[in-house]
Parts: sequence; C-alpha cells; structure tokens
Amino acid sequence: MINNLNILLPEIFLTLSIFSILMLGVFIKNSFNLIFNLTSLIILLTVTIILNGSNNEEKIFLESFTRDAFSNFFKILILISSLFVLNSSKNFILDNKLAKFEYPIIILLSILGMFFMVSSNDIILFYLGLELQSLSLYILASIDRDNLKSSESGIKYFVLSALSSGLLLYGCSLLYGFTGSTNFDLISNELGKENTGAVFAMVFILVGLAFKVSAVPFHMWTPDVYQGAPTSITSYFAVVPKVAGLAVFIKFMLIPFSKILMEWQTIIIFISIASMILGAVAAIGQKNVKRLLAYSSIGHIGYALAGLATGVIPGYESAIVYISIYVVMNIGAFSCLYLLKKDGEYKENISDLSGISKKHPMLAISFLVILFSLAGIPPLGGFFAKFYVFTAVVEQKMYALAIIGLLTTVISAFYYLKIIKTIYFDDSVISFDVTKNKFAQLSIFISCSILLTFFLYPSILNNVVDTLFLN
Amino acid sequence: MDFPILSTLIFLPLVSSLFIFISRGQKNNNSAIYISLFSSLATFILSLFVWYSMDYTSADFQFLEEQSWINDFIKFKLGIDGISILFIVLTTLITPICIISCINSVKDRVKEFLIAILILETFMIGVFCSLDLVVFYLFFEAGLIPMFLIIGIWGGPRRVYSAFKFFLFTLLGSVLMLVAIIAIYWITGTTDVTQIYQIKIPKEYQNLLWLAFFSSFAVKMPMWPVHTWLPDAHVEAPTAGSVILAAILLKMAGYGFLRFSLPMFPLASEFFTPLIFTLSIIAIIYTSLVALMQEDMKKLIAYSSVAHMGYVTLGIFTFTKQGIEGSVFQMISHGLISAALFLCVGVVYDRLHSRMISTYGGLVNYLPKYSFLFIVFALAGLGLPGTSGFLGEFLVLTGTFQKNYLVAMLATFGVILGAAYMLWLTKRVIFGETKNDQIKNLKDVNKSEIIMLGILAFLVIFFGFYPVPLMETLNVSVDNLINNYEIAVQKEGLN
Repeated sequence: MINNLNILLPEIFLTLSIFSILMLGVFIKNSFNLIFNLTSLIILLTVTIILNGSNNEEKIFLESFTRDAFSNFFKILILISSLFVLNSSKNFILDNKLAKFEYPIIILLSILGMFFMVSSNDIILFYLGLELQSLSLYILASIDRDNLKSSESGIKYFVLSALSSGLLLYGCSLLYGFTGSTNFDLISNELGKENTGAVFAMVFILVGLAFKVSAVPFHMWTPDVYQGAPTSITSYFAVVPKVAGLAVFIKFMLIPFSKILMEWQTIIIFISIASMILGAVAAIGQKNVKRLLAYSSIGHIGYALAGLATGVIPGYESAIVYISIYVVMNIGAFSCLYLLKKDGEYKENISDLSGISKKHPMLAISFLVILFSLAGIPPLGGFFAKFYVFTAVVEQKMYALAIIGLLTTVISAFYYLKIIKTIYFDDSVISFDVTKNKFAQLSIFISCSILLTFFLYPSILNNVVDTLFLN
Repeated sequence: MDFPILSTLIFLPLVSSLFIFISRGQKNNNSAIYISLFSSLATFILSLFVWYSMDYTSADFQFLEEQSWINDFIKFKLGIDGISILFIVLTTLITPICIISCINSVKDRVKEFLIAILILETFMIGVFCSLDLVVFYLFFEAGLIPMFLIIGIWGGPRRVYSAFKFFLFTLLGSVLMLVAIIAIYWITGTTDVTQIYQIKIPKEYQNLLWLAFFSSFAVKMPMWPVHTWLPDAHVEAPTAGSVILAAILLKMAGYGFLRFSLPMFPLASEFFTPLIFTLSIIAIIYTSLVALMQEDMKKLIAYSSVAHMGYVTLGIFTFTKQGIEGSVFQMISHGLISAALFLCVGVVYDRLHSRMISTYGGLVNYLPKYSFLFIVFALAGLGLPGTSGFLGEFLVLTGTFQKNYLVAMLATFGVILGAAYMLWLTKRVIFGETKNDQIKNLKDVNKSEIIMLGILAFLVIFFGFYPVPLMETLNVSVDNLINNYEIAVQKEGLN
C-alpha cells in the first residue's frame, strides 16, 4: 500500500503545498506576491513530478483511483494552462485590487479537485473531486466581493451549479441502485446486461456534466458569469474547467457507460448540435468581448462534443486535440484583453477595440490571428482542430452532424469577422496605455506562434493523443 | 528532381513578406516596395523557368514533391501539369503588376498592403500546385484572409459590407466542399488526387460529391445566381485587389472544375451538364444585359467578368478538346484583359476619385496614350479577332457547337452583347464631349502605368496572333483529361 503511494505523488505534493502556502499566507502580511510566485513554482514542480512518474496504468484504493497516460495528459494540460492563465493575469489582479493571498491558493485547490476528477475510477471519488473544484470556482467567481456584478455572478453560478450537482448526485445514486457498485469497471460490467433503469441514471449524470462544460441547454449561467466575474477569473473559467469536464466526459464514455453508448450518443448529438447553433447565433448581437467569448466557448464545446458523439476512439482523440487547441486560442484571446488598459481601467467592449490596428499594430495582428483561428479558417491551428473532429464525424457517416457543424462555423465566422472589422476597418478611438505586462505578451506570442506554425506539423498533437488510448 | 522547386515557388513570397514585416519600423516605404517587387519578380522568373523546363509531351504530373503531413495518411503533395503551370505563370505575372500599381494608388499602410499581397500570392500559387485535396482546400480557403483584409482596409466607402459578403459567401460554399473532401477520404482511403484518379469513386456517391464541390466552385467562379458578391467586392476593393480578384481568384474555380470535378466525378459531370449549360447561358446573357445598364465602370467590368466566366464553364463541360482548351485560354486571356481594364479604371480613379462613367468623357483629347491602351483592352474584352479574347470565345463556341446547337447559338448572342457594352463604355468614357473641366488638367499615364499596361497589351495582342506557346503546353494534359473522361463514361455505358 505504502509502496503504491508514488502513484498519488502529484496529488500528495499538491495538497501539502496548498496547506503550507496557506499557513504562509496567514502568518505573513502582504504576502500576495510571494504566494503567487510560489504557486507558479508549485505548478511547475507538479508538472515535473507527473512527467517523471510512470505512465503505466495502475489503480489504488480499491481501484477507485487510476493513474494512466490519459489522466496524466489531462493533468499536465490543466497545470500548464492554469500557469499561463494565472501569470498573464497577474497585472490585472494587482490593478483591480484582487491581490488577496487566497486567490492563487483557491486556484490550486480547484486544480486539485480536477486532478481527482480526471483520475477517479469511482463515482464517489469523482463526485468529491467535482465538488472540490466547483466550490473553489464559486469563490473565485465572486472574489471581487465589493463588486455587485462579481457577487451576482458568484451567487448565480453557485445556485445553478448546486442544482446540477444535485442532479448529478441523484444520477450517481440511481446508478448505484441499479448496478450495486460505485466502481466504474464494475458498473460497466453490470450495464452489459439488460438494464433500463441505468439509462435514467445516465441522463442525470449527463445533465450534470453538460452543465460543467456549459453545453446547451445547460449553458444559461455562462454568459452572465463570464461577464460578471473579473477577467482573470473568466479566463480561468473559459479554459481549465472545460478541459477537466471534457476529460470526465470521455472517461464516462470509455468505462462505465461503454456498453450503453447508443443512448448516450443520441443525447450528445443533440447537445452538440444545440451548442454549435446557439454558440454561433447568440454571439452575433453581443457587445461585450467577454460575453462574446462566453458564447463562442459554448460553440467550441459543441464542436468538441461532436467528436465525442462519434462514440469511437478516433472521435475522442479528435475532441482532445480540439480542446487543446481551444485552450491555446483562448489563453491568447484573454491575454489580449489584459493589454487593453486605459487610465488604469480595463476595457472590455468590442467598440473599444476600434481601430487599434493603427496604434497597436502588433496587438491587432495577434488578435487577428487568434480570431481567424477561432473561426477555423485555414491554415491556422483552429482549422485543423475542426478538421480532425469532422473527419472523425464523417467516418461514422454522421453527415448531418458534420454539415450542420460546418454551417455553424460560417455563422460564427460572422461575429469573429465583426471584431476584426472593428479592429482593422474602423477609425481609431482610444489609444491604450503602453503596458508592461510581459507575461501576457509572452503568452500571446506563444499562442500565435503555435496557431501560425501548426500547419507545419499538424499531427504533432495527434501523435501524443494516440498514445493515451493504447490500452 | 531533388530541389523542391514548387515549394520554393510557393513560399518565396511568404518569406519575403516576413522580411517586410521585420522592416516595418522604418518610416520610409521604399525598402518594402523594393523587397516585394524583387521577390515577386524572382518568383515570376522562377515560374518561367519551371514552364520552360517542364515536359509538355507528358500528361503526368511533374516536379512532384511529397512529404508526410497529417498522421501519415494525408501527404503534402505538390505537382504540376500543362494546365496548372499556365495559371501559376499568370499568378506570378499579375502580382508584380499589382505591386507596381499600388505605388500610385495605395497611400495608407503600404507595407501591410504589400505583405497581404505577397501572402495572397503564396496561397494562390499553392492552390495551383497542390495535388492533395486537403492541401488544396487549405490554400483555397486561406486566400480569404488576405483578400478580406485588402477589401476591408483599403477599400471604398462600402468596403465593410463587401468584405463580409465576399468572405461569408465563399466560406459558405467551401464548407460543403470540406465535407465532401473528408467523405472522399473515407470512401477511397486517400486524398491524393492522382490516386483518386485511378481508384474511381463509385457512381452512387459521385452526384452528391460533385454538388458539394460545385457549391464551392460556383460561388468562386462566380456563376449565376451566386455571383452577387463579385460586383460588390470588385467595386469596393482597391485597384490591386480588384486585379487579383478578377485575374486569379476567379480562375481557381475553373481550375478546380478541371482538376477535380471532371476527372474525379466524370459520371456526375456528365449528368449535371445541362445544369451547367443553363446556368452558363443565363450568366452570359443576363449579366451582359446587366452590364449594359451599369453607371459604374468597375461594376460594368465585374459583370462582364461573370459573363466571360460563363463561357469558361460552358467550355469545360463540353468535354471536347476545343471547348476545354478554349476555356483555359479564355481564363488566361480574361486574366490579362480584366486585370488591364481594372488597372485602367484605377489610373483615372487615382486622379479623379470617381468610378462613375458620367464623370468622364472625351478623355481621348487630353490623355491620348491612356485612351489608346483603354481601347485596346476594351476591344480585347469584346473578343476582337487578333486579341486573345477572340480565340478563347471562338474555341469555346466551336466546342459547344459539337454538343448542342441551341446552347451555342445563345452563347453567340452573348458575344454581340459583349461588344455592345464594351463599345458603349468606350464611347462614353473615351470619346464624346468633355463635360467635366477637371479632365482638362489630368496628366497622361506615367511611366509605371505605361509599363504595367504595356506589358499586358503586348501579351493580349501577342497571344491573339500566336497562341501556340499556351496551346502546346495544354495539349497533352487536355487530351489526357478527355481520354480519361471518355473511358469512364463508356465503361458506365457498357455496364
């Protein structure tokens, strides 16, 4: 038992570090900078621990916790994206007086929750991880507690999310009732037989998961929370929990529900189509960049779910590739927002972007690359993400899904073009402060470079993702 | 061939655009103009070298390059034959001309403009070189980004509307092609065009796939009734943008029909011929009539482009040697003529900032050199024998007569209408009395304008009298195309 603890090493390390920096924060005054830098260090150390560890599949604690290539990939993706989100938003946090030492610690806690989500092989452990993540996110959404909108978004998120967690939990208990086990593998074996009741359980669990990744029709919270929460939190919301949510989605399809995929697929196809359409249509009228990115993220989740809807491994792989590129694009897009500072205030209306191409040509061209990539225009990275997904979809002869999906890309291209129009075709109104936000600039640069050069080695991600499903 | 000459051809403009990007800081635009002019001329010379050193007597693809690309199953494959080399040379010829034209007409953000033009050149050459469907799609779509920016940033008053219309129309057409490309991959197991030629796609899939490709090419061509983006885009685009749009971007669709639709889906092509004939005839007659009524010079030329592209589609779907050769010839010649006509409009637009026909009149008295060149191109546009415009239309009509008398007769009617709108345009702009006093103070064409228009005028007349170099290059490839088509159709007939 003790010998096997190295399987859990990243989680143990993360937990102990969280406790220790929490103590530091309590006893040292004005320790935000220290804690913040330590958090980055902890994230990097956790990455190295995972990379140094083994990728072989092993299960401990009565087979409730799995460590395999799949969970390790997602943990690293979660860590690296959090690292970029956190560091590029540091100036924003300081400028908006959000610099409380709890901030990075709560982020670490939510990461810990996600670790357990992606590693769980048992409903109970999965639910605990999910709750740890959600509770952290509620606090983060309302971290700007004197701001009415931020508090509102926190409450809104909390109420709706609690409801969905309740549904999820109800689904879990039904599942236990019908199969007699909480272990994923045992559930999977049990579902091989005739079991109508389990379909109800599946629907409830699906609702909970769809809420977490903000897929239609459980997306209502997304625009309000994205707009209300401080931008640094929004960027975290838009990136990291989506990765974890998708991982759990795939996990449920791979193990517990692998025998009743038919029912599961029908629902996912609907959710996927609805998300793609709503993401495309509802974003058109938006005037706030954050709100627009919220709808755009709903649409993107729709595309990722289209990959899952295939119900086969290549489809899951394409969804993972999609979400990875989505992460790159969104980190870039939000980092651009951190540079839009005027007299100490961060602008977030689309109209504020008017004509920035004249005064801030580099920022404008980066934004251009990211937006065209989000729209999925070749030769940028976003195109390949969509290409892989639709290749998998067409392979399963789901032509309707592919055609609807691609038509919605045309609609969504419209609102990305509208931002580009504002940046490039309109006359300039504001000139922003010269920012010294080096890390945000670095993440924009990295994001653009990845998107621009992706076409040189478009299979680089696929080769990695291929190894996740070997067993 | 070890040296990757086609990749060099494709990526040379891209690399030089990077150099311009680096030199962005300087106040002075000269270095950017020299870099872009030099690199585009180098690309042109390189393409001439490729043309010179290729083997016309073989129908195989030459200068093949292959590189594993996406997951080992999609290869980055390039290669050219007698048809594609002509379009490549046309592209590399038009680009330096555009760059010269922008010295006079683009005043704002010159470097960015040159970067956009060079990147666009990369994508356009890529379209004509690619032998893989995904690679083709990549280049075909990527061209939208620079063109969208060219129209939107440097365009006229209604540029935003036109840029959006251009982008969304084309994208909408293309996404269906993407579905078709992926479907072809799952049907045949490859996206390599040369392999798909061998495999033969089953009959039951051909019609749907053909329609998906058609939706993309018809928008790009543009065919009636999805041509409405073209007049808007042309009118609002800056001169260089209109030139590239008319001379090259439209040709991608015709090239696409020849390279993909015909050889990959021969049975569907046969099946849909009546549709193409109908749409082409409507395009020829209807848009010619519309062109007659235009008040705006650019709009008139834009509508005449739609009509000329009607001949191209007509010729391609006759499946006769004359028809197809005529179509390719018509595309090349229209590339030269429409480019020249847009440049002519650009010349007077730079001086008076008006595209309205009514602003002008009696130019011949004050701008004699300009008027001479304008008349040459207008006559070429209406297909006067002795210019390249005549040969293309003549061959297409010859090919059409072998297939269908009625269609050919109606198409011939379009030639008369073409003469009507071109001559009337000339009469109103060049001749007549000078109503506008500003015209008296206009300067005649300057050196750079003479160079651009002179080269084009020379080529238009040269190919009008001596089309042999083009025809020789085309000959074997077209024969091969028709052969394969006939074999496929006959086989189907036997079954």
